[in-house]
Amino acid sequence: MMGIIIDTEVGGVLGAALELTVLCVAFALAAAVYRLLRGPTLADRVVALDMISVLLVVFLVAFRMVSGVDAYMFVAIGLALIAFLATVAFAGYIDRARGDQVQTTMNGDPGHTAEGGAGHGPAAREPEGEE
Amino acid sequence: MTDWIAAALLLGGGFFCVVAGLGLLRLGDVYCRMHAATKAGTLGLALVCLGAMVRAGNWGELLEPLFVFVFMIATAPIGAHLIGRAAFRKHCETLPRTGADPGTEAFRG
Repeated sequence: MMGIIIDTEVGGVLGAALELTVLCVAFALAAAVYRLLRGPTLADRVVALDMISVLLVVFLVAFRMVSGVDAYMFVAIGLALIAFLATVAFAGYIDRARGDQVQTTMNGDPGHTAEGGAGHGPAAREPEGEE
Repeated sequence: MTDWIAAALLLGGGFFCVVAGLGLLRLGDVYCRMHAATKAGTLGLALVCLGAMVRAGNWGELLEPLFVFVFMIATAPIGAHLIGRAAFRKHCETLPRTGADPGTEAFRG
């Protein structure tokens, strides 16, 4: 059946809801990609990667209903099983990284340091240069 | 009737995905962004899977979304815990008005 955005196997109200859901997931994916490219700290990027893998599972479950192909659900099951492995590995790398704060910005400046405030760990940390 | 219920559940899941995306864009530090990102993993995935289960025509279609959700719920906290701990131990910035309990520094080691 011809949809507005994508062609869905189901029509009526469910087809329209599926189109809107896929659009919502696409927006969330775009937001996660923005945070992945922009994120001031390395941990931000890993959080964005984690959310991208979760959103892919959501998209696959929705696309199983859109297309009517059973294989998409098997892919979703497999991806749900192994999605956390990448996050665990990257968290291990962050944990073992040298330096106090893992600030990796694209243009090389060591990130903006927020001034003052409790909960900042050792105060007056000098921003470190690039490793 | 089941079409309407499934449509409502799917739209609820899509809404929470949008909320997670907006939170990832707008919130201030990495811990707040983790709080936002888990909305997509729990509520978004749960509602979309429920919508798929409502429309199921046989046992396989009923159980497969349940498996997806159970596997994700079982594994997502492991990654979230490890990335939160790594960020805390590497002194990732918090928002300026974030407070900390006394003795928190002992966990950074």
